[in-house]
Parts: sequence; structure tokens; C-alpha cells
Amino acid sequence: MTREIAVVAFAQTDHRRTSAELSEVEMLMPVLHEVLDETGLKTADIDFTCSGSSDYLAGRAFSFTLALDGVGAWPPISESHVEMDGAWALYEAWTKLLTGEADTALVYSYGKSSPGSVRDVLTRQLDPYYVAPLWPDAVSLAALQAQALIDGGVTDEPALAAVGARSRSDAGANSHAQLRGSVPQGEYAVRPLRTGDCPPVGDGAAAVILAAGERARSLCARPAWIRGIDHRIEAHGLGVRDLTDSPSARLAAERAGAFERPVDTAELHAPFSSQEVVLRRALRLDDSVRVNPSGGALAANPVMAAGLIRIGEAAAGIHRGESDRALAHATSGPCLQQNLVAVLEGDPR
Amino acid sequence: MPEVLQAPLVLEFPFTRSLGPVQSAFLTGLRERVVLGVRTRDGRTLVPPVEYDPVTAEEIGELVEVAATGTVTTWAWNHEPRRGQPLDTPFAWVLVRLDGADTALLHVLDVPGPDSVHSGMRVRIRWAGERTGAITDIACFEPYDGAGERQDTGRTGATEAAVHSGEFENMVTGIVAPARLDYTYSPGRAQSAYIGALSERRTVGERCPSCRKVYVPPRGACPTCGVATSEQVEVGPRGTVTTYCIVNIKAKNLDIEVPYVYAHIALDGADLALHGRIAGIPYDRVRMGLRVEPVWKEGARHPDHYRPTGEPDAEYDTYKELL
Ligand SMILES: [Zn+2]
Repeated sequence: MTREIAVVAFAQTDHRRTSAELSEVEMLMPVLHEVLDETGLKTADIDFTCSGSSDYLAGRAFSFTLALDGVGAWPPISESHVEMDGAWALYEAWTKLLTGEADTALVYSYGKSSPGSVRDVLTRQLDPYYVAPLWPDAVSLAALQAQALIDGGVTDEPALAAVGARSRSDAGANSHAQLRGSVPQGEYAVRPLRTGDCPPVGDGAAAVILAAGERARSLCARPAWIRGIDHRIEAHGLGVRDLTDSPSARLAAERAGAFERPVDTAELHAPFSSQEVVLRRALRLDDSVRVNPSGGALAANPVMAAGLIRIGEAAAGIHRGESDRALAHATSGPCLQQNLVAVLEGDPR
Repeated sequence: MPEVLQAPLVLEFPFTRSLGPVQSAFLTGLRERVVLGVRTRDGRTLVPPVEYDPVTAEEIGELVEVAATGTVTTWAWNHEPRRGQPLDTPFAWVLVRLDGADTALLHVLDVPGPDSVHSGMRVRIRWAGERTGAITDIACFEPYDGAGERQDTGRTGATEAAVHSGEFENMVTGIVAPARLDYTYSPGRAQSAYIGALSERRTVGERCPSCRKVYVPPRGACPTCGVATSEQVEVGPRGTVTTYCIVNIKAKNLDIEVPYVYAHIALDGADLALHGRIAGIPYDRVRMGLRVEPVWKEGARHPDHYRPTGEPDAEYDTYKELL
């Protein structure tokens, strides 16, 4: 049994450095309403709800349960949560729809990095025996990967700067992005990465609606069909991996069918300029592919939502008729440890 | 809009973790200035060692001793050390492949500046003066001007690394990994308004525009309708006990004599019960339907407890929806 499943609606907040005046649910609720309004669905019409977020960002246990207030969880709904980027919540929802137990799903994710120091917070996801006691922050680990690429002759600092500049220039057309237009490349954050190679720290949320088969056609003029989706992980030991490559992203792309036909657009979750270099090679994206027309994570990186936003942006391009076949990618963990790839297509025109 | 409140929130936890046989041998070894790796079936030596082959997932446990010298495979210059990192002066993060190992270990390198580090440079372990059996027993790496990878002794060549029993006296079987994260907590618009009103000894809820229910404390959304609540409604100060329990265990750092009563209280005008302590009445005479009012202490930002008003009990029908 194969069901066709599509992204039929996508919404995101404006991503900002801080949103202290809003609680998580206050930040999230407008995007939930936006995707529901786009489709005309009511909460009661949604068969399955799945969310992604992290208690460590909030500094509070079970913080995601409060966000449920924004969904309308009474009378009881069928709901699940992943302590990961919303892209993985979307994967769970997709499998739920594949089983036929649900025809529609609401997927949302959110992250407020402003209350804490996200560089320090992310150290707590590392191996607690050998790595976390050294408190290596995400920028430092990405910098190790960047230096490995430079040593390998794969890229250099000017090429990395060009990735950041292109991303923020493209983000000029994205009113939700946090950094847009010309942004100084800046000083070294952790050498060889400069601030311009690193994502902005900010708060934001996103939501999509999935629907199966004819239901999707009734909810959206041009559904973004998920032709394949897969996610893979690599060894947690950084010194075990070849940091200049991403075999997990490549395998996920292969299993998602990305290599069967060329894509016209790729939304890559590459929070660091050097990671776009790795992903372009691993995913075999040449210059004919539009990479991150939204500006990508270098323009807005709400932790836990940035990956779901890549799927949403890729789908929205298909909804608008600007793209026919797009690859969307999400990552999690240090130095692209985990990678999810989805292939989306619009109906032939 | 009233000022949005903010307050420091510090999260500290001493994670206590037990070690498996491989990690126990490795960390105990560091305490004894011995670096152990684990050998896979196909002959690779992994340092730091793991219990399962990252490629085949096969359980592994054959320990070998590798050298305290090695080669930098990649690096990054950190000019601003952060709290908890191994050195408080600028340093390089490094991945180091120790002589005899096939994989690299993450740690830091103590050199004066970025010009003093490059991939391929030779380094050696600087041991911490006081060692407990933790990765931080390696204080850092330092430059080592010995020749390239030595293959002349049994303990450094990848194929010749000496097998080690992994046994030491007083094996380390667990670690305590302390962590601290600092936040600035902001409760958002709705809860800030609630807390702000409490400082004036008023209790403010918010009404759902859809179902008209009044939520106290408000969280900015109606959990039934999933829409924003915005209309502020003052409730109380009096209310009705909807349910309660008698607490017989004295909490640490809590200056309240047991037994005491902890209750759900539906303030007049509210559609959600909040909770509070009941006093001013013997604990065994508290009951559902009891009418209560808040008692404030000087300078407090919330009611200290609730006491009986002396009114007749509320009829069950008036609060049964709030149970
Ligand atoms: Zn309501």
C-alpha cells in the first residue's frame, strides 16, 4: 500500500534575536492559525499532531506541554512530540499518514534561543563521558569541520564568506529572515569561522499541514508531494568520522530518491557556511540547482524549527509554481551528525 | 502593555553516570597516565574507546595501550574560552590521533596563538596534576618536538600496540558530570500581566473569545479552543475549595508545619481552579465547597495561604465543572 502524502500548507514566524515579550505558546499560536486558515481546517479536522522542540532551550522540563495550549488539545487529540527539530516530527507524522490511520496532520516546532546561551546549551547533547565535560560549543565543533575542509583543499575562507553573503542576499526576498542583505563577514568567532559564517541566534516557530491523497488536492491547489523521505545518523565520535564528507546525508538522499532525477531547488539546513560545502558535495548539487533561495539557516536559524522550515520553504516553492522538484534537508547534532532528506514534487504542468 | 517580567534562571545538575567495562578502563587509565584504545575485529584501534564498533555495531572490548603523543588532524582557534572549557587562556580545539590509534580524540591544545598550530603538528598529553578518572585528567595537549610518528616501540605502532588488560587498582566505575546553564526567564505577556497584578494584590485572568471561559493564571491561550486569550478579567478574591489533599510529609526548606492542606481553589469568576494552601482551620475540617479568601503577608508577591470566609459552603453544582 502506498499513499501519496503532501505538504499542503506552511507558515513561519518572523525570526528575531529575542521575543522576551512572548511565551512559547504566544509565539507559536499565530503560525498554527495561519496554516489552519490556509487550508480552511479546524483543529477538530486534524487527525494527528506532532511537534519538535527542546527543553534545554527553555531550561524547563516538559516545556512542550504548555505549547499544546495553542493547538486546542481538548477534547483530547492524537498527539506526539520529538525532542528534535520539527523535520523529525514531520517524519513521524508522515509515517502515521502512511499507515492510513490519519489523513491530515499538523506538524509544528519552535525554539527560543534568547533566554539562554545556545552555544553552551548545545554542548549538553554531546557524549557525556568524553566530550561534554570539555564544553566544546557548536561553533567550535563546526570550526574544526571547516578547518578540515580547508586543509583538504575543498574550500577556503573567501569561498566560505561567499556562501554567507549569497545566503543573506537571497534572504532579502524573505521577510521572515533575521539577517538580510549585506552583512559584514566580521571577526573570527572560532577560527577559521567568522561571524558571517555562523547562523544568527534567534527565536522562531514554524508549522506545516500534511494531507494524504485526494484530501491534499482538496486543500491545496498544487500540493507538494513527498516522494521520499529518510534520515540517517553517523557515529557520535567526531574523531571517528571524516568531517569533510556526509555519508549519512548522501544515504538519506539516496533512500529518499533524490538521485533518481535532478532537483531544481534545494533547501539545505546548513547553519554554518562550511556545512553547505559538505552538503553540496554529499548531495551532488551542481550549479544548476537553486540552493537556499530563502536564505537558509545562515539568515535565520531558530533551533528546532530551522529544519522544518527547510521542508516548508521547499514545499512553498512548489505551491507557488516556482519549483517542480525540490530537495529539503534538515540536520541535528554536531558537525552534521544526523541528516534528514525529503524529496518534494508538484503535479506536472 | 505592562512591562514584561524577566528573572535569572539557573539550571544545575550533577549527572551521575555509571561506566561500562571499556569506559571504566579508559578513564581509570587516564588517572594512571595510561591511554587505552579498543581494537576492532578488522584491526583498527579506536581512541577514545567505545563498546561497540561504530561501523559494524559489533561488541568490542580488546584493549590496547597507545602513546601519549600524537598528531593533530584538524584544529580551530578559540580566542575567547567559555566557562567550563579546559583552559582559561586562548587555545586551539584539536582532534588528535594518538600514536597507535586510527581515530582521533577531541581535546584542547595550549599554544600561544593560531600561528603556532597546524594540522599534522606533533603534540603530547599534558597530564592534570590531580587526576580522578575523567577526560579532564588530560589537562590539555602541548607541542611535542619529537620526530614523526614513531614505530620503534611496541606501544606506538598501530599494528603493534600492546594489549592491555584494562585492569587497575581501584577502578573508576562512574563519573559525576556537573553542568550549569544560565537563562533569563521571561514568562511572556499573559503571565507577566498576571504576576504584575498580583503585586497589587489583584488576581487577573483572561477570557477566551471563543468559549468565554476565564483562565487563571492565564497562559495566553485557551487550551480548549487553541486561540489567544486577551480580555483581562479580575477574579476573586474569594473562592471555593474544589478538591484538596492533606500533606503529611515536611518538604525540605519549607517552613510549614505538617499536616497542612493543599487545595484547588476556584476563585469567583474563574473557570479554572488554581492551587494554594488552606490555613486558619483544622486540617481535618477542610472540605469541598468551603469558601475561602487569600491572606497576604507584607511584601509578598502572592497570597501566603487561603482561610475560611465564614460563608455557607458553596453548592456542589456551582463548582462541579471545575473539578
Ligand atoms: Zn476557549
